[in-house]
Amino acid sequence: MTDVSNRNQLAYIAAQASDARVNVEFETEGMTLNLGPQHPATHGTLRVIVKLDGERVLRADPMMGYMHRGYEKLAEVRTYPQVTTLVNRIDWLGSFANEVPFILAAERLMEVEAPPRAQWIRTILFELSRIANVILFLGDMGVQLGAVTPVFFAFRDREFVLNQIEAVTGGRFHPNFDRIGGLKDDIPKGWTEETTGVLGRIRTFCDEMEDLVTGNEIFQARPRGIGVIPAEVGLAYGLSGANIRGSGVDWDLRRDGGVGLAHDQVDWKVWTHPDGDSFSRYWVRLQEVREACGIIEQLLGGIPSGPVMAKVPRIIKVPAGEAYVETENPLGVMGYYVVSKGDLVPFRVKIRSASFSNISITPWVLEGAYVPDVVSILASLYFILGDIDR
Amino acid sequence: MSSTILAIELAYWQQTGLRALLGLVGVLLPAGILVYLFLFKMMSFMQSRLGPMEAGPYGSLQLLAEVGKFFQKEDLIPAAADRVVFKMAPFVVLISTFLLVLVIPAGPDLWFIDIDTGIFLALAVSSISVIGILMAGWASASKYSLIGGLRAAGQLVAYELPLVLAVMGVVIQAGTLNVQGIVMAQASGEIFGWGGIGNPFILTQFVGFAIFLIAVQAELTQPPFDMPVAESELVTGYLTEYSGLRFLMFFIGEFATAGIFSALAATMFLGGWYVPGLDPTDNLFNVIGPLVLIGKMVLVAFLIFWFRFTYPRFREDQLQQLAWKFLIPLSLVNIVATGILKVVF
Repeated sequence: MTDVSNRNQLAYIAAQASDARVNVEFETEGMTLNLGPQHPATHGTLRVIVKLDGERVLRADPMMGYMHRGYEKLAEVRTYPQVTTLVNRIDWLGSFANEVPFILAAERLMEVEAPPRAQWIRTILFELSRIANVILFLGDMGVQLGAVTPVFFAFRDREFVLNQIEAVTGGRFHPNFDRIGGLKDDIPKGWTEETTGVLGRIRTFCDEMEDLVTGNEIFQARPRGIGVIPAEVGLAYGLSGANIRGSGVDWDLRRDGGVGLAHDQVDWKVWTHPDGDSFSRYWVRLQEVREACGIIEQLLGGIPSGPVMAKVPRIIKVPAGEAYVETENPLGVMGYYVVSKGDLVPFRVKIRSASFSNISITPWVLEGAYVPDVVSILASLYFILGDIDR
Repeated sequence: MSSTILAIELAYWQQTGLRALLGLVGVLLPAGILVYLFLFKMMSFMQSRLGPMEAGPYGSLQLLAEVGKFFQKEDLIPAAADRVVFKMAPFVVLISTFLLVLVIPAGPDLWFIDIDTGIFLALAVSSISVIGILMAGWASASKYSLIGGLRAAGQLVAYELPLVLAVMGVVIQAGTLNVQGIVMAQASGEIFGWGGIGNPFILTQFVGFAIFLIAVQAELTQPPFDMPVAESELVTGYLTEYSGLRFLMFFIGEFATAGIFSALAATMFLGGWYVPGLDPTDNLFNVIGPLVLIGKMVLVAFLIFWFRFTYPRFREDQLQQLAWKFLIPLSLVNIVATGILKVVF
């Protein structure tokens, strides 16, 4: 390097440095805020790295994987009936619903079909776990917006639903009740009447939520108009469940999916909301709890008689093949892609969980939001960490 | 406390000691009452729980247990914190509370200081807590604390104005800034010539009362105005890094200030220590006055805590809009109306 070029280079560096110092004095620097992995708002171990300008979000990156438990890999060393024990823990609030798509996929591979009675009871439990899941969201939405009381009501009334699930399955959170070809047991005596009573309580809870949360002026002012997701953007990011129905897309696999559940036997409605903001997602979920009550009530009235278990061999060997079944779970679409090589254990299980896709929109939807809205938008997207990380 | 109480002559040091002691009682008693009655019990009943039941009858000794717990905790200071400021902040907040309690009379002869600008002093010293909160937010060296502290500063400054303006109506009607004078004006007032219950200013200043309560709620950073401590976003805002005794100080400061502001509202709008049917100069009030005041304070605090446990929180911009676009114009209208009516009647 010659002397001249060296001097030029030094001059250049000096100019840059002085320029930089001037810039430092006049420009404000953004702040990086780390929401999580330990944070009250993320109800789990989600980490959102938020770059802030004042209180406005410039960029938000969700970081997941702090709770990864490797269920897809673990499923490869479990026999088919053992897998339900694992997948119970994916969406831990609506755990029975996790078992259903896996069992349906396995049934499709084995070409067995559950008897009608099993299908109906399956659907009832499926919808009960939806209620148990979503009413906690309704309470939690209040907490994220700063009202402490609704969540206690939610926990109180969820207990009744859990009791009903426990009465049938023996497990409050992890029923592990679904079997290939049917169910483990029949429902106990007097259960239908009790459940009808519980549905009355849930309806009362929904009315309370309307009064306490939805009817509240501040609640009306907070989530409206923030976190707006247009339908096409939502679809592009793979949103599902109430998140996409809140954007006005009339898509519900319970109606459109045609899988082996009894939803098509009863009269119900898919709720949508045209706005696509946080409030509409909350509102759709509230209506869906009511709708689920209606579905269960109608199903309870006409459970067909018969066995709850089809004829399946004692040792389950699934024929070689592939099957993908998805159902409309409490959090959105949940699908299992099961590949079998004709063995006792699945060769590969790919789990498509709803929250993983739902959370993928956060960088898009949080950009330009304010810190208080970050929390309410995240809350309205409603994810369960187990469902994200699996 | 006047120099003679119930005709007992006291030396200066005795008076001072007594005052300091009563000041401590005046801060801790409302805090204790409010925490037990509302935070423990009312909140639990609203949320279909029982609240503390084990420690003492109906959990009444739970408070002692909680305080004991805070005493045992380690006094953690973040490594990057500004240690001096960090340690001072809770004291600054508490000082504001202690100064605030001075102006409230609990009987015709029961007061700490009786100055002609009593209300003015109360509103002035209540703002000191902002400095403490800012200090806490800055010194914690935590981003949550910093955002919380700045939010608190913005909010408290915004709501200082409606607080002052709401009081103006009372001052105009009573014709004095002296707190004792305001109580007397209510006690000796008449409603269209009928002096049966005196004239509690809430009857004429109901708008002022509402604005005062809203502004107090905001000053206390309680829901729906708890943006500075928004636990779902900022963990607990400026309190995030505090533990043990220093957290307890903030806690006592918050609840004692809630109680004292309630007592102030009771004094200005509900007649203070006075109950109708008795002569306000009666010596009896030196005995029952504090009890009456506490009763009225609990009534007002009930409203504050009812909102606290029911409402979600405002967003920062909505909160500022409420103050600047709604409360301040409304309180100005209230002042004008009060002035006109004062001249007319």
